Amino acid sequence: MPMLSINGETVDVDVDPSTPLLWVLRDHLDMTGTKYGCGIAQCGACTIHMDGVATRCCVLPVSAATGKKITTIEGLSANGDHPVQRAWVELDTPQCGYCQPGMIMAAAALLSETPQPTDKDIDQRITNICRCGTFARVRQGIHRAAELATEVKA
Amino acid sequence: MTANVKKNTVSVDVSRRRFVIGSATAAAGFAVGISLPLGAIQAASTQDASEEINAWVVVNEDDTVIVRVARSEMGQGTLTGLVQLVAEELACDWSNVSWEFPSPGQSLARKRPWGSFSTGGSRGIRDSHQYVREGGAVARELLIAAAAQTWNVPPAECSAENSLITHLPSGRSTTFGSVARLAATLEAPTEVTLKDPADWTIVGKPMPRLDTADKVTGALRYGADLKLPGMLHAAIHACPVHGGKRVGFDADVARSMSGVRHVLAVSDDAVAVVADSWWQAKQALATVKIDWDTGENGKVDSDSITAILKKGLDANDTFVGNSRGETLDVLKDADTVVSSEYSYPFQNHAPMEPMNATVIWTEKYCEAWVPTQNGEAALETLADAAGLFRDNCEVHKLILGGGFGRRGNHDFLVQAAQIAKQIPGTPIKLLWSREEDQLRGVYHPITRSRMTAKLNDEGLPEALHIRISGQSILHALRPPLGEPKIDEAVFQALAPEGDHAFIYGIDHFLADHAMRNTHLRPWFWRGVNINQNVFYVESFLDELAMKTGTDPLDYRRKLLRDSPEALAVLERVASNAGWGRTLPPGTGLGLALCKAFGSYVAACAEVSVVDGKLHMKKIWAATDPGYAVNPQQIAAQVSGSFVYGLSAALYAELTVKDGRVEQENFNSYPSMKIAQMPEVETDVMPSGGFWGGVGEPTIAVGAPAVLNAIYAATGVRIRDLPMKDQLSV
Repeated sequence: MPMLSINGETVDVDVDPSTPLLWVLRDHLDMTGTKYGCGIAQCGACTIHMDGVATRCCVLPVSAATGKKITTIEGLSANGDHPVQRAWVELDTPQCGYCQPGMIMAAAALLSETPQPTDKDIDQRITNICRCGTFARVRQGIHRAAELATEVKA
Repeated sequence: MTANVKKNTVSVDVSRRRFVIGSATAAAGFAVGISLPLGAIQAASTQDASEEINAWVVVNEDDTVIVRVARSEMGQGTLTGLVQLVAEELACDWSNVSWEFPSPGQSLARKRPWGSFSTGGSRGIRDSHQYVREGGAVARELLIAAAAQTWNVPPAECSAENSLITHLPSGRSTTFGSVARLAATLEAPTEVTLKDPADWTIVGKPMPRLDTADKVTGALRYGADLKLPGMLHAAIHACPVHGGKRVGFDADVARSMSGVRHVLAVSDDAVAVVADSWWQAKQALATVKIDWDTGENGKVDSDSITAILKKGLDANDTFVGNSRGETLDVLKDADTVVSSEYSYPFQNHAPMEPMNATVIWTEKYCEAWVPTQNGEAALETLADAAGLFRDNCEVHKLILGGGFGRRGNHDFLVQAAQIAKQIPGTPIKLLWSREEDQLRGVYHPITRSRMTAKLNDEGLPEALHIRISGQSILHALRPPLGEPKIDEAVFQALAPEGDHAFIYGIDHFLADHAMRNTHLRPWFWRGVNINQNVFYVESFLDELAMKTGTDPLDYRRKLLRDSPEALAVLERVASNAGWGRTLPPGTGLGLALCKAFGSYVAACAEVSVVDGKLHMKKIWAATDPGYAVNPQQIAAQVSGSFVYGLSAALYAELTVKDGRVEQENFNSYPSMKIAQMPEVETDVMPSGGFWGGVGEPTIAVGAPAVLNAIYAATGVRIRDLPMKDQLSV
């Protein structure tokens, strides 16, 4: 009976402890913003934050998430106004959008560690797959989110 | 805890005056299929729809406008573009516009007022711009007529702009919302005048997409995210050798596993596990021992397919797609000819959202929630699989997590219906694993080509023969695979005329096809047959230019004397890229262009190859689609086309061993990531007067532009895709 901390709430779920966190979120908690894309941590559609670190939860047993602070796309901001989300709206970054929750979570984690990332930082840290090919606006959006975050603080 | 599903949601409530089911956010529609018998939904569609001005437009009292969109949205932006076209003629306030999907069942019940639902072939806008604009114009005229009637003045004295109707002589005005109910009762005009493109204020502008907000919060429910009351989850495994059959299976272990409700035979080639959660279903499925009869198909491998295709290069049983002059005679009589062979592999679509469908079946009706590129075809497929009349079935469309052609094939929906039929009254969500998506794909056709040319004194091709050997998509569609006949689509970008006309002026030109099919099913894959054809033509022309010591830009210019639009996009990319400038060693520029799906596109790539490692620095692109409905979305399509097209050209190849595809996931079937993507500079240059598609044409020019640049940089000519086998990418 793992106890989880998700988006600031404590949740008790009745699942096999080997179940990947992704499927606990999606099928048990009906939090479907976190996507299934490959199941082998290759594509990044399932990226969440675990204690602030971008983590691909399709291969993360729920037992390994207990006692950690989990943030999903649903909990990234109260009103969809995290700087990354604002930048994404401003630039119309998503196309089909299916990979974007994972992309946004990866971008938000990068910015929390590196508030002014270089293109090289982005190349190294954003390794999510997007088949529509939104990368140009993802890159632009990360730089824009860095600006927006500064404005918020100022 | 529940996902935060909100806004732009149109709930289905039969007490309301209109009937909508599909909507921006599907969540609210969920309960309908369950709580209402199907007949109630259709009855609602024909009753008291007084806020509906016409099939395309709903105007609410608060002045909000809802535009109905029949085509599917899979990231390509057609949804926003089509709403722009309606809104332009409607003359409404753009900031008050939202959208909804009519359902295929509603379409049939109303005698197809929205036309085709099919979303492929870059047709979303170019095939429907006329009638959607007319739909908006009719609604505008009805609103004006209603206002005029209220004021007791002639409609001709009134005009509409920004959701406001004004009586010009008196200056009186009223809002769309105030007269909507009256407008809905009036008779529609049979003729309307559409705006001159010069007067457009919404079309041609970079309007923000209408589907972005819920995509950045995780609130948008894709098919894979659906949850219906009482729903069970299904995982499936079909014979990994296409055409193979299930002989038997042992599911004792699976049946004892937690959460498992059913283990089912599906069709004659698959086994499904139905469980409380998808993970439980997938885990249990992995324990099922299935005996397959793979037959002759199980003996096929990549080498045997290659051998068959190679023989086709010399075969006489061909279909001719384009022939002018006396190509074969000229080549036969030539002292010397130039010839090269190229190959293009099987590729999978691999949209990010794996195939899925949710179906509820009873003896009386069947409903499905489907991410589909063709809602009407999905309904036909569902009715057939459900064993019910079409009128007793319904398909609810959802926004797609990528399509690229794959979701025009409904094999997954058939399976979902077959599973649901075995568990009457229970909604079943079938979700394919990524592995199933790879192994049970319908793939980009595999082909090879031999290009043969005789050059004239200027070094230009006097005669050019393109022999294509390989699969036909249309043949695979012709049930039950009758005698082969010509597949005109094989000749996309090589055709005598039309949307896929061959652009080069060559006196003796022959394009023919030796049809060689395999057991792996070919299908429409973004770009379809232009991907290989443009790769073949643009690579070979580059070879001819190099062989004759001619600048590849000048070489093409000489062949494009009768194709001014094609020449214009070529000149633009060359100019933007600074063609002819001095480049560092190991760096090169490469060109490619084509006419496809009615548009003219070109690319110029700059690459460097250092120590055998490719770096794609930048691509300059130009697109002339005639009219550009939303330049920002066109730029997104062009930029994304290089990611999709070059992912294929760099890495993507499905190889076959013992009849089955060997690449089962993104680890062996990679896709480009942000670090590999070149900078893209896109020039959208609409010349007006025609309507071309934009989702696909650019896919085809990425690979040859990069390959020609690689040659310019290194002197190495790559003739077989993917590049990864010949270069470090």
